[in-house]
Amino acid sequence: MATSRKKASSRKTVAGKKRTVLLVATRKGAWLFHGDAARKTWRADGPHFLGHVISQLVLDPRDGKTLLAAAKTGHLGPTVFRSTDLGKTWKEAAQPPAFAKAPEGEKGRSVDHTFWLTPAHANEPNVWYAGTSPQGLFRSEDGGITWKPFSTINDDPQYREWMGTVQDGTPDGPKLHSIIVDPRDPKHLYFGMSGGGVHETRDGGKTWKVMIKGLDVVEGFGFDPAKPTFHDPHCLRMCPSNPDRIYQQNHCGIYRIDRPSDTWVRIGRAMPKTIGDIGFPLVVHPRNDSTAWVFPMDGTSVWPRTSPGGKPAAYGTKNGGKTWQRLDAGLPKSQAWWTVKRQAMACDAHDSLGLYFGTTSGELWMSANEGRQWRCIAQHLPEIYAVDTATR
Amino acid sequence: MNVMIPSALHSYTGRSSVEAQGSTLAALLADLDRRYPGIRFRIVDEQEQVRRHIRIFINGTQEFGLSRPLKDSDEVIIAQALSGG
Repeated sequence: MATSRKKASSRKTVAGKKRTVLLVATRKGAWLFHGDAARKTWRADGPHFLGHVISQLVLDPRDGKTLLAAAKTGHLGPTVFRSTDLGKTWKEAAQPPAFAKAPEGEKGRSVDHTFWLTPAHANEPNVWYAGTSPQGLFRSEDGGITWKPFSTINDDPQYREWMGTVQDGTPDGPKLHSIIVDPRDPKHLYFGMSGGGVHETRDGGKTWKVMIKGLDVVEGFGFDPAKPTFHDPHCLRMCPSNPDRIYQQNHCGIYRIDRPSDTWVRIGRAMPKTIGDIGFPLVVHPRNDSTAWVFPMDGTSVWPRTSPGGKPAAYGTKNGGKTWQRLDAGLPKSQAWWTVKRQAMACDAHDSLGLYFGTTSGELWMSANEGRQWRCIAQHLPEIYAVDTATR
Repeated sequence: MNVMIPSALHSYTGRSSVEAQGSTLAALLADLDRRYPGIRFRIVDEQEQVRRHIRIFINGTQEFGLSRPLKDSDEVIIAQALSGG
C-alpha cells in the first residue's frame, strides 16, 4: 500500500510539468531530443542539415517557437537558418551576419561562422545577438531574418588589436561568445572573446568597459595582465536568480565576480590539484546563485583538452566555489578521453534540476538529479558542439 | 547563360544546371541571388572574395575576379574545391 501511494505521489510530481527539448548542435548537423514528462525517454528528431557544421541551436524563450541554427559547411559560407515550427520547416536568414566591406585598398574580415546566439531582453521581442568567428558582434531586430554589425567594436582599432589575428585564437578560429543580457536592463550586456577578454556595456553598446581585473594570463611569462589580448574567457554565465553574480570558466581557471565589484576571484583554486580548474563549459543553477557546475579537462603540458586521466567527471559547487564535489556516478571509470565544449553543457529548469552535456565523441549524457547520477541518452552522434535546453 | 551548380548548393537551385544572366561575373552572381536568395553569400564573402573552398571556372579556366566580363555563350561552372581529402 505504501508503495502504491509512493508511485501515485511520483506520478503527481511529474504531472503537468512542461517537457524538455534538447537542442544538439554537432559538426555534422543538428538534432532535437524530445523528452517525456519524467525525462526518462528521449525521442531523437534529426539529423537536420546533415553535413552542415552547426555551432548552436537556440529556441527563443520569449515566444517559444523561433528556433535559430548557426550553420556553415566545409565548402560554403556561413548562414543562419530559422524555424518557427520546432524544426519541421526551415528558412534561411535573408542577411546573415557579415562584416562591413572594407574600404578600397584595405583588407577586411569575413565571418567564417556564427558561433554564439543569444535572444535579447524579454522586453525586446525579436531582437537577437550573435557572436562570430573571427570575433564580431551582430544584432537582429526581426527574429534572425536580417543581421547587422552591432556597436562599433567590429571595426574599432583598439578592439581589433585586442582580437589579434586568426592565429591568436582557438584552433578552429577566434570567437566572440557568451553574450549576456541583464534581465533588469536591456542596455546592460557582457560578452567574452577567445582571445580578447571580457567586456561590458551599460548603454546598449555605445561604450564598452574591459572587465579583466583579477584574471590570470596564459602561462604567466610576464605578459601584461592589463591587456585584453592575453585573456581567454571560455564561458561566462550570469545567475538568473542574481544578475550581479557571473561565473567564468577561463583558459586559466574558474572565476566568479559579484558586481559592482570589478575584480574576478579565482574560485577554481578550491578544485582538487590533480584535476585542476581548466575546462570549457560552465552551468549555473537557475534558482540558486551559489550552485554551479563545470566539466574539467586536462590543461597540462600540450593541452590534451580531454578528461583528466581519461576519467570524466563534472564538478559542482553549492557555496559559490568555496568547495567542489566530484560528480561522476554513471560515467565511465576509465579510458574515456572526452572533451565537453563550452556550449555543450546545459541545464533545464525542473525541480530537481536536469543537467545535460554532449561530448566530442558524440555522446549525449543527462542527470535528472543535479549531477548525482548520470546516464547516456544518445551515442554515435557526430562531435557535439552545443547543447541547449528548451521547455515546451 | 548556363551555370553549373555544385551539389552543396542544390538546396537553393534544386538542380545542377541553371540559367542566369550578367555582363560580368559579379552581375551573374547577383542574378543568381535574385533567383535563388541566399546563394551568393555561400559562394562569395562580404569582402567580395570567392570563398576559400569554392572554385569558379569560365569556359574551363579558373577565375578569381568578380569583374571578369561574360558573354551569353560562356559556360560558368561553380565547383567545390578538392579540399578535405
